[in-house]
Amino acid sequence: MISAPDVVAFTKEEEYEEEPYNEPALPEEYSVPLFPFASQGANPWSKLSGAKFSRDFILISEFSEQVGPQPLLTIPNDTKVFGTFDLNYFSLRIMSVDYQASFVGHPPGSAYPKLNFVEDSKVVLGDSKEGAFAYVHHLTLYDLEARGFVRPFCMAYISADQHKIMQQFQELSAEFSKASECLKTGNRKAFAGELEKKLKDLDYTRTVLHTETEIQKKANDKGFYSSQAIEKANELASVEKSIIEHQDLLKQIRSYPHRKLKGSPLCSGETEHTQDQASQAATTSNPDESADPDLYTCRPAYTPKLIKAKSTKCFDKKLKTLEELCDTEYFTQTLAQLSHIEHMFRGDLCYLLTSQIDRELLKQQHITNFLFEDFAEVDDRVAEKEESAPPRPVPGRPPSRSLEECPIPQVLISVGSYKSSVESVPIKMEQELGDEYREAEVTEVSSFDPQENLDFLDTDMKGSISSGESIEVLGTEKSTPVLPKSDSQTSLTVPLSPQVVRSKAVSHRTISEDSIEVLSTCPSEALIPDDFKASYPSAINEEESYADDSEGAIHFQASVSPPELGEAEEGSLENPLSQIDSSCCIGKESDSLRVPLSTPAHTPSERDGVVSIPPQRCMQKDQGFHVDFAVENASPSRDNSSEGFPADELDPNRLLASRDASKTSLDNCSDTTSNMSSVASTSSDRTPSSAHPTGPSSERHKKRAGQNALKFIRQYPFAHPAIYSLLSGRTLVVLGEDEAIVRKLVTALSIFVPSHSRFAKPVKHWVSSPLHIMDFQKWKLIGLQRVASPAGAGTLHALSRYSRYTSVLDLDNKALRCPLYRGTLVPRLADHRTQIKRGSTYYLHVQSMLTQLCSKAFLYAFCHHLHLPAHDKETKEVVASRQASFLKLNLGLVNEDVKVVQYLAELLKLHYTQEAPGTSHPTLRFDYVPSFLYKI
Amino acid sequence: MLRWLIGGGREPQGLAEKSPLQTIGEEQTQNPYTELLVLKAHHDIVRFLVQLDEYRFASAGDDGIVVVWNAQTGEKLLELNGHSQKITALITFPSLEACEEKNQLILTTSADRTVILWDCDTGRQVRKVSCFQSTVKCLIVLQRLNVWLSGGNDLCVWNQKLDLLCKTSHLSDTGISALIEIPKNCVVAAVGKELIIFRLVAPTEESLEWNILEIKRLLDHQDNILSLVNVNDVSFVTGSHVGEMIIWDILDWTVQACECNFWDPSPQLDTQQEIKLCQKPNDISIHHFTWDEENVFAAVGRGLYVYNLHMKRVIACQKCAHDSNVLHIAKLPNRQLISCSEDGSVRIWELREKQQLAAEPVPTGFFNMWGFGRVNKQASQPVKKQQENAPPCSLELIGDLIGHSSSVEMFLYFEDHGLVTCSADHLIILWKNGERESGLRSLKLFQKLEENGDLYLAV
Repeated sequence: MISAPDVVAFTKEEEYEEEPYNEPALPEEYSVPLFPFASQGANPWSKLSGAKFSRDFILISEFSEQVGPQPLLTIPNDTKVFGTFDLNYFSLRIMSVDYQASFVGHPPGSAYPKLNFVEDSKVVLGDSKEGAFAYVHHLTLYDLEARGFVRPFCMAYISADQHKIMQQFQELSAEFSKASECLKTGNRKAFAGELEKKLKDLDYTRTVLHTETEIQKKANDKGFYSSQAIEKANELASVEKSIIEHQDLLKQIRSYPHRKLKGSPLCSGETEHTQDQASQAATTSNPDESADPDLYTCRPAYTPKLIKAKSTKCFDKKLKTLEELCDTEYFTQTLAQLSHIEHMFRGDLCYLLTSQIDRELLKQQHITNFLFEDFAEVDDRVAEKEESAPPRPVPGRPPSRSLEECPIPQVLISVGSYKSSVESVPIKMEQELGDEYREAEVTEVSSFDPQENLDFLDTDMKGSISSGESIEVLGTEKSTPVLPKSDSQTSLTVPLSPQVVRSKAVSHRTISEDSIEVLSTCPSEALIPDDFKASYPSAINEEESYADDSEGAIHFQASVSPPELGEAEEGSLENPLSQIDSSCCIGKESDSLRVPLSTPAHTPSERDGVVSIPPQRCMQKDQGFHVDFAVENASPSRDNSSEGFPADELDPNRLLASRDASKTSLDNCSDTTSNMSSVASTSSDRTPSSAHPTGPSSERHKKRAGQNALKFIRQYPFAHPAIYSLLSGRTLVVLGEDEAIVRKLVTALSIFVPSHSRFAKPVKHWVSSPLHIMDFQKWKLIGLQRVASPAGAGTLHALSRYSRYTSVLDLDNKALRCPLYRGTLVPRLADHRTQIKRGSTYYLHVQSMLTQLCSKAFLYAFCHHLHLPAHDKETKEVVASRQASFLKLNLGLVNEDVKVVQYLAELLKLHYTQEAPGTSHPTLRFDYVPSFLYKI
Repeated sequence: MLRWLIGGGREPQGLAEKSPLQTIGEEQTQNPYTELLVLKAHHDIVRFLVQLDEYRFASAGDDGIVVVWNAQTGEKLLELNGHSQKITALITFPSLEACEEKNQLILTTSADRTVILWDCDTGRQVRKVSCFQSTVKCLIVLQRLNVWLSGGNDLCVWNQKLDLLCKTSHLSDTGISALIEIPKNCVVAAVGKELIIFRLVAPTEESLEWNILEIKRLLDHQDNILSLVNVNDVSFVTGSHVGEMIIWDILDWTVQACECNFWDPSPQLDTQQEIKLCQKPNDISIHHFTWDEENVFAAVGRGLYVYNLHMKRVIACQKCAHDSNVLHIAKLPNRQLISCSEDGSVRIWELREKQQLAAEPVPTGFFNMWGFGRVNKQASQPVKKQQENAPPCSLELIGDLIGHSSSVEMFLYFEDHGLVTCSADHLIILWKNGERESGLRSLKLFQKLEENGDLYLAV
């Protein structure tokens, strides 16, 4: 038998979190050879060890009209992250799969250039050579000085884990859409401002020319015009035309519906208000860069310039930076969003999936989850999910439900409408780009070793790998054929109607090259929530009907292109965006599409809610592959703890502030409320999304708390009655002289404290004044300072006066005074002989136990006959005995465990019946039970 | 109790002092109050509580505000601001007959020498009178005559519309401390050591004026009269600062019984120390009375005494019911007595006959006071003396409520909602029966479920 003090001795290893881990001296014959990559800090399960970058990052690239595709920035902006990964090359790759029908120019039948408010395209692409897979989000920004007024950009989430990209596609798409929307909003604003300026210039030029012409007219009244005069008149005419054109452009950009703006979660109405203030502040600091606070109006301070008649576009001219294009405020906001995305998708896929499942389940437990869940962290994520993600079918419902949602006939309609948008693709505009792009590509492609690719590809993907080239487009969002949902994979081989095939091929116009295969596409709007969609005016959104039918799901399709096809079409590379090329590959594409799809990339069933993912699927996918479940990566906070926060935020001032706030709160393990408030105060004033550094920090918080709780359980033989006190709502006062120790223990024990509302745990980490009756009503766990001086007597006197409401844990004397506990629940929850070693694991253990407890409390609270008589004749005694027997027999509770469930049930009742939950403190409930003194 | 905490150092006084106070410990099986709700709205001593109806009460105190509360939920319903100084009296006022709506009215008076009539449903000031020469210390409503009286340095008679009908001449500088109504249109006023009986003369055919006449002065008390209550139809009772209790005939104002020193320590019963303690006049002043059909319960100093009206003697007592003066007591229907004290605690007592006591285990605190042998002796003596059975009883402590950190000024008992206490620590605490509250919450829960249509009853 190991007694408690022995256990204490063995628990010293728990310190390794804080101290460098010391290798236990093992005899030679027992030691295992070290993992070769161990020196790089990688774990043996990490897939990342094969890739050239250490972890996922976000890359923003531009297709510059001067130098071609080029990387602009990465998030995190740390060379350590992408390491030797060739950003230039990858930029080229990702920019080469832009399907956007982005176009500004003179469409046939229109006198003036026309702005097209194109939707972003979303593509998944893999580069097996580099071991990189990316979600690529293309967007177009307007620039008056750019060719065709457009500047193509893309944001890519690059990961070494293909499954991560594929399975998180929906989430990634939703998050990136927000970022893109933000950029575009800022860009529209800046563009409008620029147009205004240009118009003033033109106006001024016209006036000047006009007066000059008049002077000339007066100068020679011979009745005929000199060549000079004619030239001037021509010039004037062209200026006039230019004015009309620009006015038209301005009208167009202004006509961009506001409602659409409002729909965007990131740049919604309220942010715009704050934007205005913020940008006003910015105007004072750097008046040149920031645009006018008043959207789309030009600053009166602008002095117009004379525009030369032959204002040619010169290539040596410096193009605007992304920041200039988008208005600094929006730019920083976008960066914040992107670093939020980076935080959000950090870590291993299985971790992400688990936490998603977790959130899904939490949502179902909306009645009980306030009790023990840490909403400080979960909340904003969940909230985001709720507004951004399309409604998912409730897990557990039959999958047929989603079938009903996506009736097949609608596909045809939507395809038709899509076609119309495709047909407006200009040919001329992109000619040069194509050439440049091609040159770059060919040189790069030649260096590929096709054999290597196989190693990095999934068994499912084998069909597409055979293309022998390194980039596979695994999915885009346009032109998805809606496949019926079914668990059987054969159902994916639904024959597509010729019409579908045709339009699909059209959308594939750029992907038929040797190295690129589009495995599937789907409309960009598929990921936009319904309510958002509804506000899209149809004039702008040709794909509207599209979005509807693919509601709630993206349907990936298996890779289809046979290898020869890709090579045969090398020639079409010349004009990647041309219609001719796309039409010429129709036949081939459709051929390939008619091939029954036997190896789908994904079974669509995973779309109907994360929860319904059958576990064996993961196993299957990972056969002969690296093991996915990298333990180290499971907690995304790890890299934080080891290297601190990387310099991944580009606006250091703001984000540093919030990081500091969360850091300091971490260090002293301060109470949740102050933690929340400090973060909120630093970051919420401008961008709610940048409050996200709390996410990982609270993860670390949990870990620490779990660890210290574990330590407490092992150190103190009377941990059980103490935990029972917390669970049964009796305030536990932790008394001690050392603030740090008390705070640490209070933080640790707070994981056992049921909350009264979603907002904050009733925990007070440190008090030095005498306690008051109000404190016991408000707080259920209090850290109290013991003062040796006579002044401290008041504190102790108050404590002894209210001793009936409290349990007192005296850290200095290692003593506990509290009621007796003889139940079985707490021993399971807090077993001092537990095998659990890690704090985070223990935390999860506690959470799961407490969730079980919550469900018991829920059952108890919501069984009608347990509380109210079944019929009029029943007496109170009958009901009471039924209650008792239910608690004992049905819920299996013994002795004091009953009180825990009863207390939780009371909290549930209060929470449910309150009009505005969390507004008031519940009553202080107590029992007149004798207390006992425990000492070590 | 928590001596281990203090760890042998200086012990706080409350703990160190060996007091004869009866204690009960933490296990109180008969104490029904297992839930409390702290109500915070006042920012000075809360002195008065008055019940408005089945579920509302009003509180008032030194901060001059009156707060109306929901006794069930503890919700603050209204805050009545109008007085600039501390409130000295608070009384419910019968609705004006002329008034259509039957709103609950209260009358408050304050050290700022005003009286305000409030509507407790709207929070509106109905009327305000501010023509007083002195602070009004007590108020009384004579519903039969549709008038109300205010007592300060003089006694004024008002009608329901707050018109002054008549007033007495200046009575004393200390003013009237208590006022009760007795039959024959008379009121008794306690002014210092004196009791003055006034008769109201209602307007008749001869004279249209109201009049108030001094009928008699009763000078039997040796010291200031602190408490004055109507006990039943035939008598009222007064108590003074030096522990005299006199029961008066309500009709001819004669002394029916007088207990002047029955709670003085008898030398053969108590130790020297206790004599010393109890002889401080403060310790025997009578602060409050309550009564039922047969008994008058008196809060005398720190103790509680039960005086039987038939036997005309004390049948039970607790000399040291509290650590400090008892300020307010009330009798509950179930033979229970509740007392609150300056020591910040509220205690619940049960009046038991002593024969039962012998069979029950006696709490230790009891022995400290009486000594075991003496109890029997003392108990047997009266039985021998008085043949008419009815053995003396004892007050058994069945629970205490600890919550306030300062003197508990007053409390209010609601049959359905529990107990409300107010204190000098600015708080009001609502003490509730936890079991009943739990049931009520369940009821509310299922009502809400039913409203939402989420209630499925198994067949």
